[in-house]
Amino acid sequence: MKKQRATRAMIKGLAALLLALVVAGLLLGAGGFGWPAREILVELRLPRTLLAGLIGAGLGLSGAVLQGGLRNPLADPGLLGIGGGAALGGMLAFYWGVSAAFAPALPIGGLLGAGLACFALFTLAGRAPSGPALILAGVAISALAAALLTLALTLAPNPFALAEITFWLMGGLQDRSLSHLALAAPPILLGGAILLRLGPGLDALSLGEDVAQSLGQPVGHTLRWAAVGTALVVGGGTAVAGSVGFVGLVVPHLLRPWLGERPSGLLLASVLAGATLLLGADLLTRAAPMLLPLSQEPPLGVLTALLGAPFLIRIARTVAP
Amino acid sequence: MIGLNARQIALGGVPVLHDIAFEARAGEMVALCGPNGAGKTSLLRALAGLLPGLAVPDPRQVAYLPQGARSAWGLTVGEVAALGRLPHGDTNPDAIARALQLCGIADLRDARIDRISGGQARRAMLARVVATEARILLLDEPTADLDPDAAHAIMGLLAGLARAGAAIVVVLHALDLVRDYADRAVLMERGRIIADVPAAEIVPLAAAAFGLPWGLDPHPRLLPPSAR
Repeated sequence: MKKQRATRAMIKGLAALLLALVVAGLLLGAGGFGWPAREILVELRLPRTLLAGLIGAGLGLSGAVLQGGLRNPLADPGLLGIGGGAALGGMLAFYWGVSAAFAPALPIGGLLGAGLACFALFTLAGRAPSGPALILAGVAISALAAALLTLALTLAPNPFALAEITFWLMGGLQDRSLSHLALAAPPILLGGAILLRLGPGLDALSLGEDVAQSLGQPVGHTLRWAAVGTALVVGGGTAVAGSVGFVGLVVPHLLRPWLGERPSGLLLASVLAGATLLLGADLLTRAAPMLLPLSQEPPLGVLTALLGAPFLIRIARTVAP
Repeated sequence: MIGLNARQIALGGVPVLHDIAFEARAGEMVALCGPNGAGKTSLLRALAGLLPGLAVPDPRQVAYLPQGARSAWGLTVGEVAALGRLPHGDTNPDAIARALQLCGIADLRDARIDRISGGQARRAMLARVVATEARILLLDEPTADLDPDAAHAIMGLLAGLARAGAAIVVVLHALDLVRDYADRAVLMERGRIIADVPAAEIVPLAAAAFGLPWGLDPHPRLLPPSAR
């Protein structure tokens, strides 16, 4: 009906916008706008553009799934400590020098960290994972991950490692190559496929756990797969791009006024909107040195946080009773 | 038909039901009555397979409406009713439209459930249960926050579903409604079934369980629409 038409129009519009941004991402370079040499296109701009879209899509989708599954409009992989866990995992792979010897150790570390944070979250949240208890559990995990991260930074074996780690933690897609894309894509695509299948379970959960169970959609099943999918998507993304926050939180809120609040109705649009948002933000960081007196690109994670933090305050003001 | 025979059922290590032998047949509306904490909701949840260790019934055959059901999101009334089709994996528009019509909220289809009155939201939740077209309905105080007119409308609707062959188990506090609409009344106290009688005989038994006197009301009172 009316809403289905709105959804279809929104998905078409987002897809067109995304395509335009992809083209812009391939054409925009440090020297300005234009068709680059083949090596630059394939080795630099293509992986960066695809990574921004892929990671943004995964973050947007996991935000929509977590908010729906936890019945909490403030849920987000970053706020819940899953992003922090992924950063810690990737950081440990850096720290022990494993990633230098064996490149896939970095995303694997990110995935393991995200998975561990997910597991801790659902253990701490208990039988009814909802509301303030869950946010508190997430804050606890975030704080723990941040503390361990700082500890590892303090103990970093040499100053170069420290600089490298700090740079990575700020989040960004500068100088990412095709091999980064090959590392991040499989877990993100797999996690995304898992998350996209959770629509009916999320819809049923909006009426509470008993109703979901009586509709043949047990809450434990839905939330376990939501956790696994989120860990894959966020772990893969964080391993390559560092900590990029707020995309998962913001995207579903941007879509609800247009598409309604039914969780399953937001999933596909969140994929496209997340990709569009992060690709747009990455283009902004690339264009910033040309437009502003900056000596280098601002980190992507800093930009999304600058955009996201005021948004979080606005949500808190409208959601709070 | 739905039934439960159990010596003891525990929830979180605490026994909540004892010596239960319960059955509801097709075409029959059974009311569960008794004081707060008597185990009415526990028995209903046990029948729905929601207590640990119990078999989960086929969700296409058994529909369950919890007490004070709320939606976490601002779904529309139509979307809430459509959730009743999840067990079938379809979006049968006829079944949904029929359910909304039966519950008297067809004109609210596109209204958000958090922007309508409590009574209308209750009807939307009931429409979800009706849309499943299950043969067994388990309802926990479906008339709790409704005005008398709406309460009679809902109970009349349930009685109609029972006449059409559904087995209905409903937790009710309003004994008038039990007497007017149910076929059988099951009285519970401290986790046990203490009486299982034709609905017309419930008042003296319930009075004993509540520790209240009873008598014939000499004052005017509201009657069901069928008395007109």
